[in-house]
Amino acid sequence: MARLNLWRWGVLGLAGLYFLVPLAASVVFSVDVNGRITFDAYSSIVGTGGFVTSLLLSLELAVATIAVVLLLMVPATVALRLGASRLRPVVEVVCSLPLVVPPIAFVAGISTVLKWGPEYLSRTPFFQTIVAIQNPDFPVVLVLAYVVMALPFVYRALDAGLRAIDVRTLVEAARSCGASRSQALFQAVLPNLRGALLNASFLTLALVLGEYTVAQLLGFQPFAVWIVNISGSQAQMSVAVAVLSLLVTWALLLALTVFGGRSRTVSSRG
Amino acid sequence: MTATLPRAGAVPVASVKRRGRAPGLLAVLPLLVFTAIAFGLPALAMLNGAFTVKDQATGAASYTAQNMTASLQGPYLIALLGSVKLSAVSAGIATVLGLLLAQAVVTSRFRALREAVLTASGVLANFGGVPLAFAFVATLGNSGVLTQHLGLKDKGWDLYGFSGLTLVYLYFLIPLMVLTITPALEGLRVQWREAAQNNGASQAQYWRHVALPVLTPSLLGGFVLLFGSAFAAYATAAAMVGSSVPLVTLQIADALSGNVLVGQENVALALSLDMVLVAGLVMAVYLPLQRRSARWLA
Repeated sequence: MARLNLWRWGVLGLAGLYFLVPLAASVVFSVDVNGRITFDAYSSIVGTGGFVTSLLLSLELAVATIAVVLLLMVPATVALRLGASRLRPVVEVVCSLPLVVPPIAFVAGISTVLKWGPEYLSRTPFFQTIVAIQNPDFPVVLVLAYVVMALPFVYRALDAGLRAIDVRTLVEAARSCGASRSQALFQAVLPNLRGALLNASFLTLALVLGEYTVAQLLGFQPFAVWIVNISGSQAQMSVAVAVLSLLVTWALLLALTVFGGRSRTVSSRG
Repeated sequence: MTATLPRAGAVPVASVKRRGRAPGLLAVLPLLVFTAIAFGLPALAMLNGAFTVKDQATGAASYTAQNMTASLQGPYLIALLGSVKLSAVSAGIATVLGLLLAQAVVTSRFRALREAVLTASGVLANFGGVPLAFAFVATLGNSGVLTQHLGLKDKGWDLYGFSGLTLVYLYFLIPLMVLTITPALEGLRVQWREAAQNNGASQAQYWRHVALPVLTPSLLGGFVLLFGSAFAAYATAAAMVGSSVPLVTLQIADALSGNVLVGQENVALALSLDMVLVAGLVMAVYLPLQRRSARWLA
């Protein structure tokens, strides 16, 4: 038994070292200037050009993405429980497809579509649309891409939430008490789904805040792209921002675990 | 977790079904239309572009397999193989280490430790990309804290290479493995071990003849999932090594930015199609394995 315990603590200790040392070292790196401790890298973040605009852009994109993905997925997943179960395989396949197309391949396709604008559509109203969705102040095309990338997680979160409640009985009970369809949905089903909705929103938020591939290759500058862009000239501050963004993301995901029970979310994107 | 609550009586169900069909389709339709545009259009564009080449003189496009051939030759082939090698090696190491860590946690008597490790794994598995790259650059990069304090540079350490990337990828792959394999380890019944011991089996014999065969589908499924995850990763590598390591994701990004030979403008799309094929293969292997391993977890 003693040997077993020794083995266990060895494994846990090594794992702890491996996972904690880079974090500790990042903090040390960001406060240590030639052996002197200073928090300049942190205090000058807000004043650095581009920080506020890129962070705001990321947050706006996250809010829009969450709104769109929930608007699309909540009615669809609820309907699957209410008699449209024959559509379940279709929805399942649609929501798993993004897992087969890596983000970098997806963005290659998107940029091809965007190139059609000047090449083929320059005299049609479609051209205006293609220009409009690439507005650098608020690139709608990123929202479209992020919604697609969030579909697998959101589907899994909502499906797990709906599995735990009997939607049909809830709706029937509400309807027989005189509620309309929308009342039944908003006042009976959705309140019972609060955990799943939060879960889905947090995951989408974490996805959008950390997303780099699509935004960088389409030439926009939300938060993650901004960090990389400043890292060349201000290495210390980029590490400081990375540490902060990590802490924020972890706080979000931990909040999610507290709200939504033990988190078993498996992402497949590195 | 498939316990279903008792359904309502048969008659109301039938009536709801009849009334519910049209609104059901109506509720699913926006999702289908959206994915057709936001996902279908780029996917078709990729497929179409991967097989078209544009004539420089006339600007006319014609269908050909030229891009696909080019994507499997020269530097592109090296990049593809580099990605496969990096993903296979890091997924293999993460599978073994993740299994050890998960076993250490699952058999622990401290519930709090289990919960903490599983929560942390959920967080770390979702943690890739730019911050991860910077954390490792600050730790083991050229002017990283550990590099300087331990004088690793003189010992030939280089983060910006194959082994460095493997070390970094393990940071999100091991937690992913812990999450994937824990349900399977929890499914190993105590009775099986006891039965084996009663029949005189040693610890090693129990693992060799009972536990590992039961775990094999889960382990393989986990390995495949990890492989896919490492294969698709771009942000970490891009933020860390630029393009000094040949990886297919970095090559696609490079080609998308216009760094290609004349006549190979669409080679990025062909490479993307290569990646989709590999990812599709990964899924085709993973899903049956997952179903098979689910048998033991009931």
